Amino acid sequence: MRFGRIARNLSATVLLCTGLGLWVTLPWYGALVAAATLGLWLFLTRTGRLALAATGVGIVSLPQRWGASSVVVVGIACVVGVLVAMLAMGEGFKATLNGTGSDDTAILLRGGSQVETNSIITRDQLPLIINLPGIAQDGGDRALASPELSQVVSLPGTDGTDASVQMRGVGEEAWAVRPHIRLVEGRKFEPGLREIVVGRGLFGQHRGVEVGKPLRLGNEEWSVVGVFASGDAHDSEMWTDTQTLASAYRRPFYQSVIVRLDGRDGLERLKKALADDPRLRLDALTTSDYYTRQSSGLTAAIGVLGTVIGVIMAVGAVFGALNAMYAAVAIRAREIATLRAIGFRGVPVVVAVMLETMLLALLGGLLGGLVTWVVFNGHGVSTMSDFSQVMFEFKVSPELLWTGLKWALGIGLIGGLYPALRAARLPITTALRAV
Amino acid sequence: MRYFLLVWSALLRSRTRTLLTLLSVTAAFLLFGLLDSVRVAFDSGGSVVGAHRLIVASRLSITQLLPYSLLRQIEATPGVKRATSATWFGGTYQDQPNGFPILAVGTGYFDMYPEYALSSEQLAAFDTDRSGAIAGQALADRFGWKIGDTIPLQATIFPNSDGSNAWALTLRGTFTAKDGRHGGEENQLLFHWHYFDEANRYIKGQVGWYIAWLDDPTGAIEVARTIDALSMNSDRETRSQNEQAFNQSFARQFADIGLIVTSIMGAVFFTLLLLTGNTMAQVVRERIPELATLKAIGFSNRTILALVMVESVLLIVLGGMLGMGLASAVVPILSAAVPTIGGGGGGMINLSGIPGATWTMGLALMLAISLVVGLPPALRAMRLKIVDALAGR
Repeated sequence: MRFGRIARNLSATVLLCTGLGLWVTLPWYGALVAAATLGLWLFLTRTGRLALAATGVGIVSLPQRWGASSVVVVGIACVVGVLVAMLAMGEGFKATLNGTGSDDTAILLRGGSQVETNSIITRDQLPLIINLPGIAQDGGDRALASPELSQVVSLPGTDGTDASVQMRGVGEEAWAVRPHIRLVEGRKFEPGLREIVVGRGLFGQHRGVEVGKPLRLGNEEWSVVGVFASGDAHDSEMWTDTQTLASAYRRPFYQSVIVRLDGRDGLERLKKALADDPRLRLDALTTSDYYTRQSSGLTAAIGVLGTVIGVIMAVGAVFGALNAMYAAVAIRAREIATLRAIGFRGVPVVVAVMLETMLLALLGGLLGGLVTWVVFNGHGVSTMSDFSQVMFEFKVSPELLWTGLKWALGIGLIGGLYPALRAARLPITTALRAV
Repeated sequence: MRYFLLVWSALLRSRTRTLLTLLSVTAAFLLFGLLDSVRVAFDSGGSVVGAHRLIVASRLSITQLLPYSLLRQIEATPGVKRATSATWFGGTYQDQPNGFPILAVGTGYFDMYPEYALSSEQLAAFDTDRSGAIAGQALADRFGWKIGDTIPLQATIFPNSDGSNAWALTLRGTFTAKDGRHGGEENQLLFHWHYFDEANRYIKGQVGWYIAWLDDPTGAIEVARTIDALSMNSDRETRSQNEQAFNQSFARQFADIGLIVTSIMGAVFFTLLLLTGNTMAQVVRERIPELATLKAIGFSNRTILALVMVESVLLIVLGGMLGMGLASAVVPILSAAVPTIGGGGGGMINLSGIPGATWTMGLALMLAISLVVGLPPALRAMRLKIVDALAGR
């Protein structure tokens, strides 16, 4: 008897694990098919109809057990909420950096330097670079290339702590190289004058950054003359003229050159020309690749962190759900025994308890997802990337909500299975006799 | 203590329920232990010795370098006992995607960090070898470096004078952090600034930041002001902060860890309250006849109250300690697996166990939760009318 029970529990656990494994990899249409199959079975077969009837009995009595039921719902909502919020943070950061740059512009960096702040391109290299093949030209044969210099500066934030902000010195062609960037207030900076335009993301985040006002950075006085919007990571930057920036902070070199590529094979030709010229030990890659590569580390880290926290919380929620459902089965012992005495067999009873748990889990998942979406979608935060701040927004996408719902139903599945098995095995006579 | 057996048998009344509740509490406190240690590590980073150290960095930004000539002036500032410099050397080892801090340090760097244990022979060997290096023990263990090994590095910022990115250092010694909580700082590789200055292609006579050792930490603000006045209105103005403020301003920019941890734990503990509250209410509801019997045979109201309260405290403290214990076992493993985020001040996350602050906070939370959860059912048990309860009304 005891041995048989252990064997059955063991086989149920094995089935559960395979089921969960399948569930995790299931796409949304797979879940739809599974739900439809379940629905058909419930309505069309005799056992299914019995299960449906038994589920009805359980669900009707749910409000009487609202304490235990709300533990399941809130517990699962909490897991889903935290998980989705963490993943939405990673997703938002990725979306901002991946949305930065394009496939038709390339960035040139000193070989091996990986990021802009590490790179140095000497001034005598620039004339060599702008004459390379593969770089697009504007109407009059000027190469669309912008030599750039980045200087990280500390700006006092509105909350009193300093933040590192990227101040980018750009060449005259910068606006033509990145045509998607537009001015939303004021005017562009004049080359040669200590003037800056600031990204929309920075605007309002820092004390003293106002159009028409002077801004002191180090021992240099600048004036803010405009605000630009780019919709990507450049929104967290300030722009000025390269030569002005270089002379203000005594940095007689460039760090990167951004070029607009000439046609589809532009990058190929550019790379080949760079490899052939021993004076130019430079790396060239599309700006879209450059920014995507920068986001990968942090996005992966947030994903791992979110999943680890989610798993620990899910384990806690599973114990909570198990507890609540065992209690529910214990309270309804007489009811269940009566059902079984009048002819409901094992399968309908198991399915009834499982369905009830899954329903609670579904409610919890929806609640958690909804709350996260309302509170966090579009919530702006910032983090540090390449020594300066990047601002981004939480992005609660439908895919993430679906992931959250999958977790919720997974927790419900584990939390419901064992209590369901117990319900199906209640000895009818003793259960009926119990007061 | 007389009644311990009574409480214990009450807990064992429904083993499944007790076990499941216990494990939920364990999961909650495991998470708390992990997250709060990260928060504490991010927030503090400071130590008692650290208060003696003043970090002098560029006012404009942490990436701007400072002239080496400032060293003599800082050393001459009243209140400063000695000073040295450090420079961030961005580099990778063996295509490791997650790098570790590599610093080019000035003479006498180890005098600034008395909390690092380094044998005097190894220090002497380092001092006499121009291209020598010292690694933290944890870092040396991670890559299996032995003393005398050559460590090839790929520079990401500073190429060699011949234009290549290859740098080679010879390991001359390893240091350990005397305080286990700062084990993360063992992830650094240090070498001579003089060698760096000679051998790199672009930067001459410049350093990343200065570290000044103060005779008296209480005078830090005055000394900081004097040092910052040295470079006032030059093109390299400085800002001096104590070590803790310097580390914090750096860490804060990665993320508001405190806010994230507080939000997550708020959600977790809210659920935990609901869950254990529900369990305790159920426990008392089921035992009404038993409790009434106890009262009938002469247990006072206060004893009944205490019995239920102790049961609640025992359940939650047991689960909580289990969770925190588990966390303190997991933290060192995690912290070895996830390399430290390199920062100006060296290792940023120093985790080799759960900090004391987290333990204190955890214990306070356990007690608070068990009181909140235990009180309503305990009061209910205390107010039972024997006759009604025994009659099942």
